[in-house]
Amino acid sequence: MAGPRDVDASFLALPLSALTDAALTRAVDLGCEHADIRVERIRTQSISLRDARLESLADGEDLGLAVRVVHEGTWGFAAGVVLTAAEAVRLAEEAVAVARVSAALSSDRVELAPEPVYPDAVWVSDHEIDPFTVPDGEKTALLTELSERLMAADGVEHVQSGCTAVKEQKYYADTAGTRTRQERVRIHPQFTALTVDRATGAFESMRTLAPPVGRGWEYLTGGSWDWDRELAEIPELLREKTKAPSVEAGRYDLVVDPSNLWLTIHESVGHATELDRALGYEAAYAGTSFATVDKLGSLRYGSELMHVTGDRTAVHGLASVGWDDEGVEAQRWDIVRDGVLVGYQVDRNMARLRGMERSNGCAFADSPRHVPVQRMANVSLQPAAGGPSTEELIAGVDRGVYVVGDKSWSIDMQRYNFQFTGQRFYRIEGGKLAGQLRDVAYQATTTDFWGSMRALGGEQTYVLGGALNCGKAQPGQVAPVSHGCPSALFEGVSILNTVQEGGR
Amino acid sequence: MSRYRAQELVEQALAASSADGQVAYVVDSSEANLRWAGNSLTTNGAMRSRQVVVISFVDGGAGMAAGTVARSGTPDIAELVAASEQAARDAGPAEDAVPLVSDAPPGSGDWDADPAETSIGVFEEFAPALGEAFGRARDRDDLLFGYAEHSLSTTYLGSSTGLRLRHDQPTGRVELNGKSSDFSRSVWAGVGTRDFLDVSVAGLAAEVERKLAWSRRRIDLPAGRYETLLPPSAVSDLMIYAYWTMEARDADEGRNVFAKAGGGSRIGERLAALPLRLRSDPDAPGLESAPFQVVGGSSGAASVFDNGMATPAVDWISDGVLTNLVRPRAWALRTTAPATAAVDNLILEDPNATASLEEMVASTDRGLLLTTLWYIREVDPQTLLLTGLTRDGVFLVEGGEVTGAVNNFRFNESPVDLLGRITQASRTERTLPREWNDWFTRAAMPAVRVPDFHMSSVSPAS
Repeated sequence: MAGPRDVDASFLALPLSALTDAALTRAVDLGCEHADIRVERIRTQSISLRDARLESLADGEDLGLAVRVVHEGTWGFAAGVVLTAAEAVRLAEEAVAVARVSAALSSDRVELAPEPVYPDAVWVSDHEIDPFTVPDGEKTALLTELSERLMAADGVEHVQSGCTAVKEQKYYADTAGTRTRQERVRIHPQFTALTVDRATGAFESMRTLAPPVGRGWEYLTGGSWDWDRELAEIPELLREKTKAPSVEAGRYDLVVDPSNLWLTIHESVGHATELDRALGYEAAYAGTSFATVDKLGSLRYGSELMHVTGDRTAVHGLASVGWDDEGVEAQRWDIVRDGVLVGYQVDRNMARLRGMERSNGCAFADSPRHVPVQRMANVSLQPAAGGPSTEELIAGVDRGVYVVGDKSWSIDMQRYNFQFTGQRFYRIEGGKLAGQLRDVAYQATTTDFWGSMRALGGEQTYVLGGALNCGKAQPGQVAPVSHGCPSALFEGVSILNTVQEGGR
Repeated sequence: MSRYRAQELVEQALAASSADGQVAYVVDSSEANLRWAGNSLTTNGAMRSRQVVVISFVDGGAGMAAGTVARSGTPDIAELVAASEQAARDAGPAEDAVPLVSDAPPGSGDWDADPAETSIGVFEEFAPALGEAFGRARDRDDLLFGYAEHSLSTTYLGSSTGLRLRHDQPTGRVELNGKSSDFSRSVWAGVGTRDFLDVSVAGLAAEVERKLAWSRRRIDLPAGRYETLLPPSAVSDLMIYAYWTMEARDADEGRNVFAKAGGGSRIGERLAALPLRLRSDPDAPGLESAPFQVVGGSSGAASVFDNGMATPAVDWISDGVLTNLVRPRAWALRTTAPATAAVDNLILEDPNATASLEEMVASTDRGLLLTTLWYIREVDPQTLLLTGLTRDGVFLVEGGEVTGAVNNFRFNESPVDLLGRITQASRTERTLPREWNDWFTRAAMPAVRVPDFHMSSVSPAS
């Protein structure tokens, strides 16, 4: 049997030890309490097709290193691109200089929660085919063929499609002695069909529900997602949507499919339970949170059915790692249990501030140029043991709406008031689906919405959704994250008619 | 940064080409930033980076194909050129193929000069002033949060058709958010800058202090349609979204808000009741941006074949009428319409405007005065209906004066629809877009009055 996979040899051939010795030795000489160095190489490829013709194939690689120090209780950070010992020394010196400039303006002393030392740690995400080993021509040919199937369908006038693939290689070393090397692969193919009614000027679209995942090129070829079925169904679903009646605004029971609910979890639970937000570090930008630390252990977040976990361990999860960007081992923990707020996502400095024994490993930097900040774990809603199917949930609704696929999303800076749309909405009448509806958005306040959750689907409905583009921090950083959830039933949610909202 | 200068890398790439055409560009960037929360600095950084991009064009017999490969740091140029040529050979003929640009646009910089650079030293005067503002906020029991960033990017673009173009782009921004110590009141002030010489921390801090004082009286109002004064920052975030949607091809294909029922685009249609002018100009004072195109990957809005194309001043809306949409050369040829490139700044003005925002407040009997908008997302592309939140200051104006702070709202509005409902605009001034300033900082906008702005629901957030 083959041993565990290691990171690509070409990355390990970089002068990682020499850079580490140079940077950390200089930082210690300059009196730093802590110093770490990260070397990262991130390959990115974006292929886009317009009407089944290649529009753009952009292939990028970002390679660089960063030194972060704690000097007399103050952070300092510097990043560069030249992988030499001299540059590593210069970055250590620059990081200390930045810490000195900052010291006069800093009143909080930085200390890090303890973490065991991992002197030789290796982790590679679970994937079969590295997308960067597949010839571009082969990738483009498959995407073209799949797009052509949509283009050939009756009523489909345009197809926008593409695939983003990322391979992230990361080396981390710190003055405590931890040395980690990791490799993560992720991919997101998307296909959107558009129809245009020239006479009225109306147009409508429908996108594949396939989420971004921590997998390789086998996601398109290996059977973990049924592309044939989904692409075959979209034209008829789109045709039905264009002919569907406009929704009557009002309160409805909602059955929300995992393909939509993951994003509601992301916005209303994931971000709201980031401790840096609750402490105000993001107050001027991403925002704060209604779930403040004084409410930990008492805030009723939702109905008693609600069990939300944070993890950096889910197989194929986009936020899954072996160790985070502060050398903390990946973990899984409770965030909401029996409907009550019981946990946050933290990094080592915040863990220390809150008196926690240990960080739960949520530090992440999206590039070698950026400082690690607290970023989202895979935040997931647990299914009901032995719970119902989606059809059984729908059967329990007399008058409602079944929501499928994510589209538009927006939530306020304290994570109270949100509004979401979707790829398709179905009217539920007498426990049965009764055709699609148009112009639908649902709007609610976070705790009201989760408090109205009356039933959860079983494990058979559970899907890991997610996004590659979660934004946070200044300078802006983009992080990939997954959210697993079952289908779920919510009572009496406000549905808007978006045409009326636009004043028409 | 490395043993080669950026210009040398461009020449090496062009010399190594065995393709039918090549565009190579190098962007040398430096950046410094400070971030603070609760009257204390939190994170900071100084970064330098280099991006090297090679776009090869290969005629496989059926038409010209393009392949782009980008690398950061210190890549092997021969490898980069070979990879981009392979990508072009794999790509097949490009739909947007046109001959490469060969005429140098006016206004490109000194090719031979070294790149401009910034460093943490740009904050030499800003940082102590910020420290003083922290002290005064502490004395009032208020908290300051925010971010300051300065970057300098120098682009060197060369082509096999003989172009050697250079542009220096300084970009700076400051956001100052003030809160009461219990977080119940929250206000904002922000500014864009090229060099930080024109940034007054004391001025921003005074604006924050004034708005926190306005917020002492709290008034709860329900959702509904309100007469609303949107200040320049809020206007910019809505207009930038409309600008990003201004693609001629999408309009011609019937798939954006600028498409006309029955076919074609809405160019020539009146969008605004006032004689509003929405324009971009690479030479706009204080908002200077690249006078030529730099494109790594083709889309409906730009083409790799148009690299180096001049991006002159353009009116998108003139005298209230839609006049231009973004149109790469290939689509311009297909539709016998002028090629028009996007420019990295945006200006809205009412040529007849004389009032200041203060004068508009003074002439308001009852209405809402906003500060910024947040979390703006597209709800319906057909009408460009956007949703989002008011943030950091919704003030009630009664009898020409601010009388207190109102709860936040979620709005649902289309910027294109709003253009037709604006009844008054102030003089135009430079502003910092709150929502989009990670991507777009160069904007000048008026404050506008909308008699019936749609607040869809109340947000309890502060």
